[in-house]
Amino acid sequence: MRLKLGLEVLGLLVLALLIAVMPRLVDNFTAYEMATVGMYFIALLGLSILTGYSGQISLGHGAFMAIGGYTTAILSVDHGVRDLWTIPIAGLVAGVAGLIVGVPALRLSGLYLALITFGIAVSFRQIPIKFDHFFGGTTGKVLGLLKTPFGLSATPEDWIYYLTWGIAFVLLVVAWLFVRGKPGRTLKAIRDSEIAAASSGISIARYKMIAFGMSAFYAGVAGALYAIARAYMNPDVFPIILSVYLVAALALGGIDSFVGLIVGATIIYVLINRADDVTGWINHLPGVSLDSKRPGMPDVIFGAVLILVLITLRTGVGGALRRAFGPLTTRLYSRS
Amino acid sequence: MSALLKLEGVEASYGPVKALHGVSLEVGNGELVAVLGANGAGKTTTLRAVSGTVRRSGDITFNGSRLRRRPDAAARAGIAHVPEGRGTFSELSVWENLRLGAYTRRGNVKEEAQHVFKYFPRLEERKGQQAGTLSGGEQQMLALGRAMMARPKLVLLDEPSLGLAPMLVQEIFDALDKMRGEDGMSVLVVEQNASLALEHAARAYVLEVGRVVLSGPSDELRADESVRRSYLGY
Amino acid sequence: MLLGVFTWTEFAQQIVSGLRDGAIYGGLALALVIIYRSTRAINFAQGEMATFTTFIAWSLMNHGLSFWTAFPLVLAIAFSGGVAIERLIIRPVENGPVITIVIVTLGLAVLLNGLMSLIWGGGNRPFHGPFSTRTIDVGGVPISVQDIGIVAVSFALVALLALFFRFTKLGLGLRAAALNRQSSELVGVRVGWMLAFGWGLAAVLGAVAGMMVAPVLFLDPNMMQTVLLYAFAAAVLGGLDSPLGAVIGGLLLGVTITLLGRYVGFVGQALKLPTALLLILLVLLVKPNGLFGRVAVRRV
Repeated sequence: MRLKLGLEVLGLLVLALLIAVMPRLVDNFTAYEMATVGMYFIALLGLSILTGYSGQISLGHGAFMAIGGYTTAILSVDHGVRDLWTIPIAGLVAGVAGLIVGVPALRLSGLYLALITFGIAVSFRQIPIKFDHFFGGTTGKVLGLLKTPFGLSATPEDWIYYLTWGIAFVLLVVAWLFVRGKPGRTLKAIRDSEIAAASSGISIARYKMIAFGMSAFYAGVAGALYAIARAYMNPDVFPIILSVYLVAALALGGIDSFVGLIVGATIIYVLINRADDVTGWINHLPGVSLDSKRPGMPDVIFGAVLILVLITLRTGVGGALRRAFGPLTTRLYSRS
Repeated sequence: MSALLKLEGVEASYGPVKALHGVSLEVGNGELVAVLGANGAGKTTTLRAVSGTVRRSGDITFNGSRLRRRPDAAARAGIAHVPEGRGTFSELSVWENLRLGAYTRRGNVKEEAQHVFKYFPRLEERKGQQAGTLSGGEQQMLALGRAMMARPKLVLLDEPSLGLAPMLVQEIFDALDKMRGEDGMSVLVVEQNASLALEHAARAYVLEVGRVVLSGPSDELRADESVRRSYLGY
Repeated sequence: MLLGVFTWTEFAQQIVSGLRDGAIYGGLALALVIIYRSTRAINFAQGEMATFTTFIAWSLMNHGLSFWTAFPLVLAIAFSGGVAIERLIIRPVENGPVITIVIVTLGLAVLLNGLMSLIWGGGNRPFHGPFSTRTIDVGGVPISVQDIGIVAVSFALVALLALFFRFTKLGLGLRAAALNRQSSELVGVRVGWMLAFGWGLAAVLGAVAGMMVAPVLFLDPNMMQTVLLYAFAAAVLGGLDSPLGAVIGGLLLGVTITLLGRYVGFVGQALKLPTALLLILLVLLVKPNGLFGRVAVRRV
């Protein structure tokens, strides 16, 4: 146990080192890409606390990212708040939204919660369209271009990289402490047997709601960073399918595995931001000639891989899925 | 006499838990054979092994051929299983339940049903009623009637007396006797009520923790007081 | 609060419009319910499956077939597709945790969406349905022939299905397999194939819904995503395991949302979708079984 703790701390330190050093090794654009991966990483981190530890499914976390993005956009464009300070506020706003969703979520078992959160993902973009004076409608809002603050001498790309991964590291440590500490152990107890946990006096509701709020906070922060990096925000920046990707990436990468989260974040990055390039890469294969105006290939590959992985892993055949979702089965809506 | 049904060294498990540790038994043509034993002895599992609804290994021969392990293989071979708890479709009507009984047969369902109504006229009265609204005794009749719709050679009955008044139980066993006589049906019945079972069965097997510990003609088992007390509970 | 002027004529038209939408939601909801009853899971790919088969119809019509010639072909393809999906993709994970099935259907949705973009490209295109868009006079109110046609086709389909389930041996076997797997096995029903058949039927229902709605919405890979949400709402409203509930829930939802969208200024066109979502939430919290359902929602 001691040794394991030591290894984990060591792992975190190595990670911190890697983060600090990376921009020296890669060019500007790659630093920008890595920053984007970091944003998805933050969102996945939050989702892993929600799904992995409190056992609640959310197919709508893209909406919390959008809340974060819009908070940042509105604050910085309409109220001149410096983009940096909007990040924690965006997280808080999204976190509160998460708590609000967390209330009815308490009364919904797995399948129904998936349904509702999916509904949130699908219908959320109607809100900025309806209240277009506030949100900018379909055009959205344009933020100030990404620039390095305080007269620091880094490039904007390096700046967003350090900002994102710095925040990611802090949030990772927080999540790590949360999971290892009392809240995490409590959630694990709840996850493994709600009845036993309830009878020992633990306030399940409180912890499940906190998990929801926390995961939404993370998503909001990620969304804020994303909007700052791209310098614009509109209803299509966080599409419906992103929410699906988030859950799918978690299923593929595994919850407990930190590397899995990074891999998952990278996959999401490729699917959302580099889909066209994937088509281009595939065209290099002999005999393959895909119309680059028809960008469906990455989704086809992703969907197929996801299905294959889930089919071959099945239930109880070891591996990430069982570790990730196994204890969930006692909690989720089970067939009678 | 070549047996209609023969189990040889049958083992069965529910996941990692082994319930049968090598059970061998036989049922002859037109015989009523009882499987007795305490709770958890493996009686229900034995029936399930025959009807293919539990994972099993070992040989089961029925009517001369090896019985495949798929759930519908037994039904198509002429084995009807009336499970513990009747297994009726409570949301469907009595008539629909009977129709399902004849699922594997091609014949005229109405004719088969008339045959069943002969034994259980009460079912005809309640033809259109939802099965779940029937009384316990009527549900048992329905379950048995459904089994008969397939004109089975062997009926597997699990705890037919459970929750029923003695008079009804008598009715059911009388019907079974008639079916054996008229239709040449064989019956393998699981019962906790050992004395009742031994009254009607020609032979019986006693199971304990997944193994056959005792077997023989009912008269012998009934006569032996020590057997009665230690194994049959009376 | 009230938008615009109220006339009875327009009200009647809105009702018809609502019924038309409701017929489509109900059709897709029925597909969801059939799958939910047999597999106990929600098929998040139902919408994409429907859009995919609609694209096939579009392709066939582009190659010269008329709508009604292509129609049975598409249904046959949809049925086989549904059966194949169940046997190949769902069967391996059927007995596992429900969330695995959910994620598999999500993966399928992503795959189909990508495949559609790949094969047919992403943009909008018109779909020439079988009904003309002219209006006829019904009691003084101009009603679109297309609306009537959509409702009629949907009703006919549902009626056929009801007859099938009620009066055929196969239909009885399907119902039995969904109600009680173990008892069904005991009477010789091949439960596995019954499940596959159910998925095939659901795919057919989806295909019809897609082909009915495409002339109205224009055909693109994302066409059914919002319809799917409305279908979820209809299914939950009616009770997730009640076929009758799906149909009635669909009609009720269609009319309600249309009227709300037209006459309640706050809702307008933009908030119809979130309203449907709130409705799902409300039903799940207040009466989880919906109007006609039996299944209990597990809560702790």
